[in-house]
Amino acid sequence: MSGRVLPILIVLLAIMLFWYAAAIWMNAPWQSMLYARAGLLDVPVQQFVLDSWAQDKPVLPAPHQVFGEIWNAAIAIAPTSRRSLAYHAWITLSGTLFGFVLGTALGIALAVAIVHNDAANRSLMPWIIASQTVPILAVAPMVVVGFGAVGVTGLLPKALISMYLSFFPVVVGMVKGLRTPETIQLDLLQTYNATPWQVFAKLRWPAAMPFLFASMKVGIAISLIGAVVGELSNNAGGGLGVRLLTGSYNGQTVQIWAALFIAAALAAVLVIAVGVLERLVNARMGARPI
Amino acid sequence: MSQLQYYLALVAGGLCAAGLALSFATPLETALLLKAFLALGFLSLLRFALPLSLWADGAIAALGAVAVLAGLAALDPAPAFFWMALIATWLFAWLFVERLAAAIRAGRATGFGMVIPLVFGVSILLFWEVVTRGAHVPQVILPPPSQVWTRLIASLPTLWADFQQTFLKAVLAGYIMGCAAGFAVAILVDRSPFLKAGLLPIGNFVSALPIIGIAPIMVMWFGFDWQSKAAVVVAMTFFPMLVNTVSGLNAASSIERDLMRTYAANYWQTLFKLRLPAAAPFIFNALKINSTLALIGAIVAEFFGTPIVGMGFRISTEVGRLNIDLVWAEIAMAAVAGSAFYGVIALVERSVTFWHPSVRGRA
Repeated sequence: MSGRVLPILIVLLAIMLFWYAAAIWMNAPWQSMLYARAGLLDVPVQQFVLDSWAQDKPVLPAPHQVFGEIWNAAIAIAPTSRRSLAYHAWITLSGTLFGFVLGTALGIALAVAIVHNDAANRSLMPWIIASQTVPILAVAPMVVVGFGAVGVTGLLPKALISMYLSFFPVVVGMVKGLRTPETIQLDLLQTYNATPWQVFAKLRWPAAMPFLFASMKVGIAISLIGAVVGELSNNAGGGLGVRLLTGSYNGQTVQIWAALFIAAALAAVLVIAVGVLERLVNARMGARPI
Repeated sequence: MSQLQYYLALVAGGLCAAGLALSFATPLETALLLKAFLALGFLSLLRFALPLSLWADGAIAALGAVAVLAGLAALDPAPAFFWMALIATWLFAWLFVERLAAAIRAGRATGFGMVIPLVFGVSILLFWEVVTRGAHVPQVILPPPSQVWTRLIASLPTLWADFQQTFLKAVLAGYIMGCAAGFAVAILVDRSPFLKAGLLPIGNFVSALPIIGIAPIMVMWFGFDWQSKAAVVVAMTFFPMLVNTVSGLNAASSIERDLMRTYAANYWQTLFKLRLPAAAPFIFNALKINSTLALIGAIVAEFFGTPIVGMGFRISTEVGRLNIDLVWAEIAMAAVAGSAFYGVIALVERSVTFWHPSVRGRA
């Protein structure tokens, strides 16, 4: 274990050091301008460094500023307040999960149709692949505004964007997974006089589980991206995307970085949660632990 | 005839019969073509007595598409039999595709593999056009494809300027820099197992993060012009390239490496003659993933501020002005550009990794 963790820790430490150094370097011009305005000459280096790590709107905030902002905005404030990051994270999370569930359901349904019907396979598959070369995130503002025009706001437009992004890995993975049973296994079920439904429930579906979870890990990560981008077009709704946008309008870099870190943490938690679910399901289905 | 085909034929013919009966309420000369289609569809029920070629189904579906489009102008508001004709057209197209797929499978029709996805695409366009115009869907929600097309033709100069700004400048520059940087770092990291053990999990983790969120920061650092978009694209494309190249460099088996050792090949010879070619499928995989990511990154980064040109800028402002047809034109262009970008990389991959089983199997 330590053989695997140590290199990661060292690399993380290196990134941290690099970040602090970069923060000095990138904030230096503004800091020296501040000193020049205040008429301060030959400031000691130590003072200069500390000041450049403590600016109000730094070009690159130092890590401790970002974590301080996360602490202030996510934990110290009541989560019901609109200023709380936890509140915005919750909005994004609910959109992500809703879209992810829709996308996974759509993906599984399409995969089942594709595996069982030759015409569906031939007509849908090329378009599904082509659908992903479309930069769908560009459509996000239109979806949000279009639905807003007919009075549908809030969770659904965001969730639809997430759905569009997350259904693709699920379709591709599930088509592969549902086709993994070999002819010999299908033949065996035929000798048992199994109905098509039994073939599906007892052979194809269990065989597709590893593929489903691998796809779901990809899907949930991009469905978070979809939710964040969907929020960019709906300022009133709140969410991490709105925090990014308002931060960018007001030059609040610390706020942007804090929202970014929360989004990253959310992504990590979601991917890990899918991993845990995978382990539970595998244990339940009697798969041998790998 | 399979069960599904049987029911499709039955329902399509029955719908045509019902539509034909309803259409007698209107004077004979209105929408004559539509009535002809309904009559023909009704007659297709004779297939249960004498066999009907699958191409006849295709012809009926095509006639239905033309008739429905022609009837759109004549019949307003659209009566019930019009919608029945639309659904019947869809069913005939489905039946045609179903039978063609079966024929291809049985080896009776070769060289028609492309027809099936095409029929599906055309059906979607037809449905979109007819429903938006026939049911008077507000333009704000969904403009019909014909309107998008005229708008696209009318505003070609704007679209070209946006394409230049977003694709030729931001996407290509960022894509090349990001992929090259990821590749170079992967080669460097590859020499040190320690760095590899440290960087790979982090790279994998960062690949799953919403990197797109750094867009506002990049806009602050690099200004409003294309450089900031290119920076976002670099950040988005770097990690997939890094992770894929590193795992690709491990793809050569130890027996092949041992062979290179027996030839007394040095590190660089092994790298260029064995390991990089072996890594090519992985590298192309990253290039393909990145081609979509790059376009997304550049467009979304433009939501955070641009000079007044660019695909993302145009989309977000025209949405605000409710010019949805122009937005769709922009999206269509982005889709074509994205598909072409992807297609070019896939073609290069085929010629470079001609030896790989996934390419070799195809004709």
